Amino acid sequence: MSASKNEWPLWEVFVRSRQGLSHKHVGSLHAADATMAVNNARDVYTRRQEGTSIWVVKAEDITASTPAEKDILFDPANDKVYRHPTFYDLPDEVKNM
Amino acid sequence: MTQEMDLNQRFEDYIAADQKIEAKDWMPDAYRKTLIRQISQHAHSEIIGMQPEGNWITRAPSLKRKSILLAKVQDEAGHGLYLYSAAETLGITRDEMLDALHTGKAKYSSIFNYPTLTWADMGAVGWLVDGAAIMNQVPLCKCSYGPYARAMVRVCKEESFHQRQGFQVMLNLSNGTAEQKAMAQDALNRWWWPSLMMFGPNDASSKHSEQSMRWKIKRFSNDELRQRFVDMTVPQAELLGLSVPDPALKWNEETGHYDFGPIDWSEFEQVISGNGPCNRERIAHRVNAHNEGAWVREAAAAHAAKVAARADQQTHAA
Amino acid sequence: MAKLGHEWILRLGDDALVLAQRLSEWCSHGPALEEDIALSNIALDLLGQARALLTLAGEREGQGRDEDALAYFRTDREFSNALLVEVPNGHFGDTIVRQMLFDQFALLRYEALAGQSAEPEVAAIAAKAVKEVRYHAAHSAQWVVRLGDGTDESHNKVQESLNVLWPYTQELFEDDAVSQACAAAGVLPLNASYHARWKEQVLAILEEATLNCPETSALLTGGREGKHTEHLSYLLAEMQVLQRTYPGAKW
Repeated sequence: MSASKNEWPLWEVFVRSRQGLSHKHVGSLHAADATMAVNNARDVYTRRQEGTSIWVVKAEDITASTPAEKDILFDPANDKVYRHPTFYDLPDEVKNM
Repeated sequence: MTQEMDLNQRFEDYIAADQKIEAKDWMPDAYRKTLIRQISQHAHSEIIGMQPEGNWITRAPSLKRKSILLAKVQDEAGHGLYLYSAAETLGITRDEMLDALHTGKAKYSSIFNYPTLTWADMGAVGWLVDGAAIMNQVPLCKCSYGPYARAMVRVCKEESFHQRQGFQVMLNLSNGTAEQKAMAQDALNRWWWPSLMMFGPNDASSKHSEQSMRWKIKRFSNDELRQRFVDMTVPQAELLGLSVPDPALKWNEETGHYDFGPIDWSEFEQVISGNGPCNRERIAHRVNAHNEGAWVREAAAAHAAKVAARADQQTHAA
Repeated sequence: MAKLGHEWILRLGDDALVLAQRLSEWCSHGPALEEDIALSNIALDLLGQARALLTLAGEREGQGRDEDALAYFRTDREFSNALLVEVPNGHFGDTIVRQMLFDQFALLRYEALAGQSAEPEVAAIAAKAVKEVRYHAAHSAQWVVRLGDGTDESHNKVQESLNVLWPYTQELFEDDAVSQACAAAGVLPLNASYHARWKEQVLAILEEATLNCPETSALLTGGREGKHTEHLSYLLAEMQVLQRTYPGAKW
């Protein structure tokens, strides 16, 4: 018995909770097509008025960085402290900058 | 080998530092297996748990109660779905999990193998069973595996109305006619002990507990949570004017907790091994829904393939 | 202008209530978890419409009957829903075809109600319902297309559903004294006047679904005057059991 023969593809769901905010990943679901995925996302993830907009993306279409790359991708940013405003000491007379 | 040791060290460091483990991070095989087992069991419990309450949707005694109950059972479907999704991040498909459920390889909370005989059971299930479930679930919001923890945050947020509506059903029955009050007492009598069993075996005989605690999948022991549940629920029963069916139950000044009588673990074992009142029906109902839906799932997949092929053709023709 | 009675509101409410009851039977039986949730959502919308409409009908009637008195203490002979909504669920294809046929009608009716000003209370209920039913109508139409243009098996199954359910649709467009009074009061156009648009929309869905519109002379009717199928009495017996067993109890 092949379990996945007819399994609908997996979709990742992103919901904008209100205008002015970005879409945020909320979970996933299965659907046969994109329209069904949006409809299902509406019923599954916004039953309590959690959303004003929905994105669905087929999980297999997402390219992700791998955890093994974490060091090379993200550690080099560690010593770039000059990118952060707190790196710069200003005289107290400058109140807001 | 050394690389694996490095990875394992890093994993242990993460756990020790209360950092979350995410889907693609390296994790020990046993951790992955434990999570798959626990999250899928949890999902199955939500899905099977739809049945005992679903049993009363068409007979709910007012349109308001019907709406509430339908919304609640629908939430359970949603919770099952969130949890299947979380488990899928660990490299198992929903179909594989459902297959394990349908063939009896996977377990689910044995409480759902008890029948819901009267409307009062909708009260007792919400009040006691959801109450016990929340007790178990709130700590899971902090569990070490990110996708599970996030799913549980959502579940717990939505569950908060479930227990309240159950208590309200009980309250209305307790304040109602003599027949209604008897109905409520009868439901409490039937659901009390199974609810205590929901926390699992005593700590001394729980085979998965210790490792899960170390991995921060589990945060409190079975007995701790059970005691907390009893302490919270007994005063609520008093408020309802109902009596808890345990002659040994009494407040202990010294410990600051309620003492309660011994749990009949032989009943628990019976139900868990498939001999509860409704085990067969619950699984048969699930299998039936799945099989009856096969042609529908197939058709939708076939239609999607057709539409994609047509779009392809158009692109090539253009 | 004579004030309209409550019967016409009751009809709207009964359509919604009986269909909600049918759809709620699907809970935990759906073909996929996602669709189980979708059907429950639609049932909840319909239940909400039913409650608002029955409450209003009860107020209009002036006999002190609330939504529950009307839902739980009338017999099948006193229910005025169309026969289509009481037909048993059958398989998923049967349910979806029934839903599509009804949604397309309900949408036209609610749109008309939302746009009139003679009955502002009903217009308010209808304005909310229009949004809900638009979603239902899209959902059921999409599914009819998926099943009709899916596999051979699904195509044959829903074609058969359509053949069985089609004869129930004529009733939706019949007029009687109640609907004529509504038309005269400028509240709703005659039911017959929706028929052309309804058919046009349904045919467009059927075409996309590669389904044939059945030719039939069979006419199944009577629901509006309380002459139902044999199924309704069972549906009500189940729905009403607690209220009837413990009359006067509060839940």
